[in-house]
Amino acid sequence: MEIQVVKKVLDANLTVANQNRDRFSRHCVFAINVMSSPGSGKTTLLEKTLTRLAPEFRAGVVVGDVSTTHDAERLARSGAPVVQVNTDEFGGDCHLAAHVVASAIDRFDLDQLDLLIIENVGNLVCPAEFDIGEDAKVVVLSVTEGEDKPVKYPLMFRVCDVAVLNKIDLLPYLDYDRNAAIDYIHQVHGGMPIFELSAKSEAGFEGWLDWLRNGIRRKIGG
Amino acid sequence: MHEMGIALQIIEIAAASIPAEMKPVQVETIRIRVGKMSAVIPENLNFCFEVASKDTDVEGATLCIDEVPVVARCKSCNHQWTLSGPAFRCESCQSGDIELISGQELDIVSIEIAT
Repeated sequence: MEIQVVKKVLDANLTVANQNRDRFSRHCVFAINVMSSPGSGKTTLLEKTLTRLAPEFRAGVVVGDVSTTHDAERLARSGAPVVQVNTDEFGGDCHLAAHVVASAIDRFDLDQLDLLIIENVGNLVCPAEFDIGEDAKVVVLSVTEGEDKPVKYPLMFRVCDVAVLNKIDLLPYLDYDRNAAIDYIHQVHGGMPIFELSAKSEAGFEGWLDWLRNGIRRKIGG
Repeated sequence: MHEMGIALQIIEIAAASIPAEMKPVQVETIRIRVGKMSAVIPENLNFCFEVASKDTDVEGATLCIDEVPVVARCKSCNHQWTLSGPAFRCESCQSGDIELISGQELDIVSIEIAT
């Protein structure tokens, strides 16, 4: 005997993600989900971003890692409140699921924040699958990775709203074809905005910061 | 590997779909639809399901995975086609402004119960 079910497997995650989204809206917090491979420079990017935006906006960070608090310690030096989530407590997951983010945001006073940055676990596959209630998804790709990462991991580049191409200060030393990388990104996600920058030297940082400022202002205003 | 979390969700949803008056009953098949663009590897999902379904109401069930192709529609020229690789550009007019009609599914369709 066949029983029809027709239910999305990730419904439970989506329900909690929508609750997170409602909370961010109620408290006028612009929430971004930052994803990448390990070693793309996410933490350096976020350190500099927090420092640069600190005079204008109040930001908080949720840091997801399988283990260690190394990134959280680095980001906390910016003065922003940081909550570390180690997914080994949740079975060593390769991504942050919505319920994990929900318990992390319980530890913030959301009324005191304009921006919440969620630094996802370093992985270009699984985090793309899980909605966590964010306003925007950001993928960080560095020029020390292959040009063809976007076509190797298309779901990630398809679901993200913007891409950051990091470590451009290294281009003179690398045999890296940045035009090919950009073409691959646009092959997967036509028209996707790309911010080419160096988190280390802060070259090219303004476009990225302006995108964040606009997002925050839209959310605060709304 | 996030297939374990997905397997646990499948087990929960399938177990909840068994009518209470029929329990205990052998669930023979759980049919799911997995889009080719969802980040799920069927072999991993099968393995996780087998391990995680032990001692649950769906122990012994087989996962029947229907893979759904990635189908796109061009918003500029309305052309519709099945993608065979990660090239999300209209094969007819080369526009990048396309929408995915299928390929990201992760749905439970039905459960088959022994009668």
